[in-house]
Amino acid sequence: MTDRHPLFIPLVLVGGLVFGFGLAYSQMARPEVVLDFLQFQDFGLLFVMFGGAVVTGLTFLLAPRFLDRAPLTGDRFERRLKSFDRNVLYGGAIFGVGWGLSGICPGAAYASLGIGNVTILWAIGGMFIGAYAQGYWRSRTTDTDPAATGAD
Amino acid sequence: MVTELLPLQLAAELFPNGIARYAIGGLLVGLGTAIIYLGTGISAGASTFLESTLSYGSSLSRFQQYVSSRDWRVVFTLGIVLGAAAFAATFQSGVLSSSLYQAGSTGELYEFAGVTFWSTDVQPWRLLVGGVFVGIGTRVGKGCTSGHGVCGVGSASKTSIVGVVTFLLVAILTAQLVAALGVSP
Repeated sequence: MTDRHPLFIPLVLVGGLVFGFGLAYSQMARPEVVLDFLQFQDFGLLFVMFGGAVVTGLTFLLAPRFLDRAPLTGDRFERRLKSFDRNVLYGGAIFGVGWGLSGICPGAAYASLGIGNVTILWAIGGMFIGAYAQGYWRSRTTDTDPAATGAD
Repeated sequence: MVTELLPLQLAAELFPNGIARYAIGGLLVGLGTAIIYLGTGISAGASTFLESTLSYGSSLSRFQQYVSSRDWRVVFTLGIVLGAAAFAATFQSGVLSSSLYQAGSTGELYEFAGVTFWSTDVQPWRLLVGGVFVGIGTRVGKGCTSGHGVCGVGSASKTSIVGVVTFLLVAILTAQLVAALGVSP
């Protein structure tokens, strides 16, 4: 951690700034806009995900061809694919219930706070409670499971 | 003439707020992810922040595995909050405007320290209960809208595409059901 490149943290901050500005610009930071999308009243939100995936897709595709290693970490550019199991379906469904009920997801919730939506702290508090409950439960049931993989 | 107008009418119905703000916002979300990836090789999602931040206060192994990334994840999240605040201070406050940005009409605007802020009308219980489900689901399902939706779909990961389709369908069903039950906003 101490041998990190001095620009590592500033770069993450810049990336976060652009990410958050984009979420606010797209209005995805407003739960009402997400709920309108889910109720088929405005399909524009598809372009947020699509626009984001196009840029990351091109980056993931081109970076390994033109750069050998990431300049700030020395790590190779590789596709870090998450393994598929039934949890992806269960988790996706639980996430869907929450997203459909509240109209908010983690990144958009942080951005929502930035545009002044103090009320969103209810959702952020809920997300921490949910993540803690899941971690607590997981630690109880799969302490012996060595395959506890990272997630983003 | 009718045949010429029909596509326009359809577009206006499907996209009552146009697509520019959505597409540009999405491109910026992707750009933010790309900046971090190009510099570090990390494809950052927003939801691991929940677990990695819990490691500051909990010794559970489930959270402790994120100790080495928890500081930059706090910075990433702080960046998201500040980036959105920069939007509030510019476009939302009317300091900047563009033909490619259409303001929304939802929620409540309020002024504070010369900046136009925004607040939701969605009821707190929906945010809290929904947030709990989101918190559990994103951790069980290995990703959220940015991890699976932007990074995963961008890398054509089948796992992520299945994850996105699942949460999208369930979210549509849930939102329609909640609206049908008369809960609004």
